[in-house]
Amino acid sequence: MEIPYTVKERPDTGLNNSKLGIWLFLASEVMLFGGLFSAYVFLRLGAPEGAFHEWGKELNVPLATLNTMVLITSSVTMVMSWASLKMNDFKKYKLYMGLTLLCAVIFLIVKYFEYTAKFDHHLYPSTNTFLAIYFTLTGLHGLHIIGGMIVMTYFWLPAGNKMWHSEPEHFANRIEIAGLYWHFVDLVWIFLFPILYLL
Amino acid sequence: MSGHDNTDIQSHVRTYMMVFGALAILTVLTVGASYLEVTSGESIFIALIIASVKGSLVASYFMHLISERAMIINILLLTIAFFFVLMFLPLMTATDAATIL
Amino acid sequence: MPEPFWRKYIFSQDHKVIGIQYGLTALAFLFFGFCLMMIMRWQLAYPETPVPLIGEFLWENGILLPEVYNSLGAMHGTIMIFLGVVPLAVGAFGNYFVPLQIGTIDMAFPKLNMTSYWSYFVGGVIMVASFFTPEGAARSGWTSYPPLADFEPGQTLWLIGMVFLITSSLLGSINIIVTIVQLRAPGLTWMRLPFFVWTQLVTSFLLVLAFPPLEAAAVLQLMDRVVGTSFFLPSGLVVSGEIISATGGGSPLLWQHLFWFLAHPEVYVLILPAMGIVCEVIANNTRKPIWGYKSLVYAAIFLGFMSFIVWAHHMFMTGMGATMSAFFQTTTMIISIPSVIILTAFFLSLWGGSIRYNTPMLFALAFLPMFGIGGLTGLPLGLAASDISLHDTYYVIGHFHYVVAPGTIFALFAGIYYWFPKMTGRKMNETLGKLHFWPSLIFMNGIFLPMFIQGLAGISRRLWDGGAIYSHAADTLWLNEVMSVSAWLLGLIQFVFIVNFFYSMKKGEKAGRNPWDATTLEWVAPSPPIAHGNFESDIEVHRSAYEYSVPGRKRDFTPQTEPKKSDN
Repeated sequence: MEIPYTVKERPDTGLNNSKLGIWLFLASEVMLFGGLFSAYVFLRLGAPEGAFHEWGKELNVPLATLNTMVLITSSVTMVMSWASLKMNDFKKYKLYMGLTLLCAVIFLIVKYFEYTAKFDHHLYPSTNTFLAIYFTLTGLHGLHIIGGMIVMTYFWLPAGNKMWHSEPEHFANRIEIAGLYWHFVDLVWIFLFPILYLL
Repeated sequence: MSGHDNTDIQSHVRTYMMVFGALAILTVLTVGASYLEVTSGESIFIALIIASVKGSLVASYFMHLISERAMIINILLLTIAFFFVLMFLPLMTATDAATIL
Repeated sequence: MPEPFWRKYIFSQDHKVIGIQYGLTALAFLFFGFCLMMIMRWQLAYPETPVPLIGEFLWENGILLPEVYNSLGAMHGTIMIFLGVVPLAVGAFGNYFVPLQIGTIDMAFPKLNMTSYWSYFVGGVIMVASFFTPEGAARSGWTSYPPLADFEPGQTLWLIGMVFLITSSLLGSINIIVTIVQLRAPGLTWMRLPFFVWTQLVTSFLLVLAFPPLEAAAVLQLMDRVVGTSFFLPSGLVVSGEIISATGGGSPLLWQHLFWFLAHPEVYVLILPAMGIVCEVIANNTRKPIWGYKSLVYAAIFLGFMSFIVWAHHMFMTGMGATMSAFFQTTTMIISIPSVIILTAFFLSLWGGSIRYNTPMLFALAFLPMFGIGGLTGLPLGLAASDISLHDTYYVIGHFHYVVAPGTIFALFAGIYYWFPKMTGRKMNETLGKLHFWPSLIFMNGIFLPMFIQGLAGISRRLWDGGAIYSHAADTLWLNEVMSVSAWLLGLIQFVFIVNFFYSMKKGEKAGRNPWDATTLEWVAPSPPIAHGNFESDIEVHRSAYEYSVPGRKRDFTPQTEPKKSDN
């Protein structure tokens, strides 16, 4: 038995099931990070005047700027991989998806160096409330990156070829869904970057 | 977002590249602005404005919200409303505490 | 090719099997959570005497230890809410009947559905397993307030268990929303949906948007416990006479805000599906259209929306200022309006109906006054002036138990009796059903009514000895015995239900497709509905959900699938 509207759009809503599903999931993610942002503001207001700014100076702005660029680039390659599928160019899809994964790996490597540099200077989550929320937010964001990489790798490996050849439309939808998630992860970083590194 | 023909997609690709350029410039701007000699209130304002513009660009063009269906827009508006409720929670607590002191 | 056993009954992707899995697991947890309470009630009625039957195996002298008492209390709340009522109301009934009532073949994402059941199961196993660890189960109340919860043993497993339960709820509710929006049968417009489906939709939105902040808070508390951060620990906190080593700078209020941001909508997660079930049963057994269908729908939506901006009425005691408490008192008074609209519509539906007093109807009828008591006793708690004296007394316990126990759980029983024929093809025994209902009603009130009296006398809800050491409690202490005996008898009478449940499954009176002469779509399918597909043919809907006793028609009910032209 086929579930209706898995691939095709339902006429009155104009959506397929997965599209609505991923947006609801992203809505819940907005509230998850919303809870943590709210905690950040709460702690910042509760800390001594200017303390968050002082504590934040320990972070490495150039590395974070690099990482911001890397994630933005990965968002572009991600959307390009979807556009390539829409243009029936599977080779280009492979290329762009590979680049997206490469960007994700670079992001995590940079993050690793940032974390170890902090630990080397004996800066831990328990050091102060700023570092506590810094490690929590970036750590949770990093987990989201890893989650996205797992899904994208699955679609990039031969499993993707098979899906593309048997059900091209369904596969393009799946890449669009994965893309929506990935852009969201990028979007979260766009807010994390200034509030953690610059303010 | 389905049923596009090739030329349609190609014009999309041009948009994506322009958005990419804008995001890169805004990233440089926000880092630059953090070195300005302004009060902390002003710098928070500038940083959040730039981040919101960048976020809207990603959401509108990469996530296609600009041409998305009403159902999804409505769900997101509801979510954003409750997101702001969450954000006002610490602010309310802080201002409220100040009045009793 | 026949499906192997493990695909058909264990890792099934059929919404009906998953619904039954949810249902049986949740009923087992409800009973387990109730047993914890029956042990606590011994200590409250007969303080510091050995607990009979089990005491001698568990504790020295057989007397319930204070720290174990705390664990039992915390786990009773957690299990009843997160592992019992919500999975039964949303996981079981939502899963089984939403696709049927909207005339489709399954949930939108069957694999995700299976995942959410197993995530729930793992969360439950972690919660139960925590009793057997050397640290014991969590003992900081189901609300897990820090700083206490940052230090007390057992809390880490509770948090990990909660992450699984939250994940399960999120996946499940996304699935329900997509199913309702996308898979409605042709002709089933929004205003033709049964009210039960509406309540599931609103409930799912509450879960999707309110649970994540608690997940965030759980992550922060986990950080506090595992890596030594101070999200919820203020500077200079003194524990057992010593200043704590953590750096401080956090605030316990942050937890309370994030916790109640979920936990107040959670109250409506508990009550809305119950209202949905009651609506179905009342419309069916009064043989009348439900009164004010549209006002019910709008009230439910408004209720869901408002439930996000009332949370701080749980926090009047935290020293919040006048502005904030005025705001939250106002919103709290406003949110009582839609609840009253819903209850009033149900009462008005009874007017002039020729009521069939079968077991599901009895439970649904009992829901109305019981929920009424629970709701109305909540008003004094929503006003800061009266809340300050009632806060954390047995009055609060009485209030929310009236909402959830004789309220929601009675509605869930109504649902079980009402839909049992659809799930099994057989009716439950009516005599045993009534033998289950009447004593349950009496004993429920025997437990919870005295709590108001004790609460007004000022007895705190968290006392191991039930208040014996306080002189102001002396006059009302005798009620502890009344409540405890009622609780044990209530536990005993549930065996009537358990026997009825299994007996009727095998030997009950055979029910056809539509034993109650009902109008909604689930009754068009065979009983039980076909595995992976539900209906024999595609469903098309031609009319609204409750066309009972329409004047001029041959029968007193018109199924939603009946074409308009056959009206006369």
